[in-house]
Amino acid sequence: MNTNKIKILLAKPGLDGHDVGVKVLGHALVDAGFKVVYTGLRKSIEEIIRKADDNQVDLIGLSILSGTHLVLCEQMNAEMKKKGLTTPWIVGGNIPDKDVDAIVAAGAAAAFPTGTTIEEVIEYCNKFAEN
Amino acid sequence: MSDIPKVILESGIEVDSLYTSESIGKPDLSKPGEYPFTRGIHSLMYRKRPFTIRQYAGFGTPSETHQRFLYLIKNGQTGLNVAFDLPTQTGLDSDDPRAAGEVGRVGMSVDTLADFEEVFKDIDLDKITVSLTINGSAIVLVAMYLAMAQKYGFNINNLRGTAQNDILKEFIGRGTWIFPVDASVKMVVDIIEYCANEVPKYSPVSVCGYHIRESGANPVQEMAYAFCIAKAYTDETLKRGLTIDDFASRLSFNFDIYGNFFEQIAKFRGGRRLWAKIVKEQYGATSDNSSWLRMIAGGGGGGLTKEQPENNIIRSAYYALISALSGTQTMALCSYDEAFTIPTEKAAEISLRTMQILIHEMGICDTVDPLGGSYYIETLSNQMEDAISQQMKQIDQKGGIVKTISSGVVQEAISRQAYARESAIQKGIIPKVGVNCYRKEEEEKTIEFHPYDEENASQQINNLNKVKSERNSVEVDKCLDKIKTDADKNLNLMPSIIEAVKAYATVGEITQALKDVYGEYNEPIYF
Repeated sequence: MNTNKIKILLAKPGLDGHDVGVKVLGHALVDAGFKVVYTGLRKSIEEIIRKADDNQVDLIGLSILSGTHLVLCEQMNAEMKKKGLTTPWIVGGNIPDKDVDAIVAAGAAAAFPTGTTIEEVIEYCNKFAEN
Repeated sequence: MSDIPKVILESGIEVDSLYTSESIGKPDLSKPGEYPFTRGIHSLMYRKRPFTIRQYAGFGTPSETHQRFLYLIKNGQTGLNVAFDLPTQTGLDSDDPRAAGEVGRVGMSVDTLADFEEVFKDIDLDKITVSLTINGSAIVLVAMYLAMAQKYGFNINNLRGTAQNDILKEFIGRGTWIFPVDASVKMVVDIIEYCANEVPKYSPVSVCGYHIRESGANPVQEMAYAFCIAKAYTDETLKRGLTIDDFASRLSFNFDIYGNFFEQIAKFRGGRRLWAKIVKEQYGATSDNSSWLRMIAGGGGGGLTKEQPENNIIRSAYYALISALSGTQTMALCSYDEAFTIPTEKAAEISLRTMQILIHEMGICDTVDPLGGSYYIETLSNQMEDAISQQMKQIDQKGGIVKTISSGVVQEAISRQAYARESAIQKGIIPKVGVNCYRKEEEEKTIEFHPYDEENASQQINNLNKVKSERNSVEVDKCLDKIKTDADKNLNLMPSIIEAVKAYATVGEITQALKDVYGEYNEPIYF
């Protein structure tokens, strides 16, 4: 699959206003050939899922830095099921290594802990696009 | 000579391999405490009193925060800097569904005046100055702080302290905006105007270059954007009929330190001179202290790394040295674990000790502006002043700071720079020790994380319900209606909000009343 055809939604759920990282990643993904849609700050899980559906994205990336990732992932999982959607979603931001497994257990396709390089995320997205 | 690689600072200034007296050009012979204050705003600076140590703290419930404050004061901290949780910062009550998982997480949770009464119980507000890191909901929290001080018998006419209250930078970075840009600026100015008349020693706004730099701006842009924002508030305040000398001496600034050592020092010296000139020459201030660049300058999170986190202790010590050599009034350091978590008590203590070692062991307070007269520092200070001034002109040419922030032009430019910088770090073009050089593979994870306390969150909600059940709800409704009427009439909102918090109206209720009148900010979506 050509990466040009992969569309990724980058989303900021919850109240966290840190958006430097998600925007840096947005630029990097565009440079790597992906189509990127960004939600802006402080979106509810419902709003994020609606935007993902409206834009027919292939992958959803949640950026969370306030530490509330586990709560938001549970909400994401429940809401996706409720809407009957199967779009894979991944999580990045300020994520401790020890929470990666719990995030995946909550339904995320992958979680990228603090210190993940841009390259690692792009590599993941490239592989995702190939499959 | 041609085989020596060029050195270009982040701000775009080229560094010579040697500076002499001829490099400086026209020397600035002013002394510390003399206009334009290049060498410091006071004649004796730290010889008279060291910089104030004001670490950022606050978490969980008001009672926990109260305990931490008592501990910090006992350990020699001379000012408090209150961190609020995200619901408080965005004007939501603890029981709001949108606050789930966030109550007390990144700072203290505040719903009503009862919370402030608990936090500041037994703290002598005449001796300990308190800084409130609050922006979107600043008008509510400042009103609450004043109401609490009055209730505890302090005369607000003598009350010192600072509110961050810089909403324009929230639209660039940090993101805790609530209302549309114009209404937001109006409320910043309401606080400035009210304080000029009623709380004359209080600093009603701390203009933050800090978060702009953290979002990706270079040091010149950090200063230039902050000055443009300070001018925007000043222009609006002047329209209320105050003179520049009525309030300029209470404006303060919050700046960031990381990156090149000398570039940061020159940014502060050049910036201080430029701000003095702006206030005196452009605004016609007659009082000297109107033109003082009063600042908190501290070690920023942007320079810290998750890799080999102990290295951050060393970085922060250099940042503290930069801050002191730049003549800061107040200092705060990000703790070594702050790149990835809310600081542990141990990490916060190391930051406090770092600043105390600087004051007591290094001779930093012995003489004023020890770097004054250095060929390099003086030359670079001149160059930084020119560069900041040029950058400000560019913003004006694009329609001014309010317009460029509203449209998202500023944010987009800064975000592109953040991307360029991050890419350069990841490619190893900008060296970062422990990250792209001198790496250790498979480092041990010894990091402690700040836990989230569900019980604290439900305790906070219980307290809120208790306050709600005990207050006079007819009175609360009357106060909320008055806020809306005053907003409709475009009156200063401070008096009606102070009345509302005294009746124990909540942060969420007052914010909602204001949203009913002003609506909410519609973020331009870009990256």
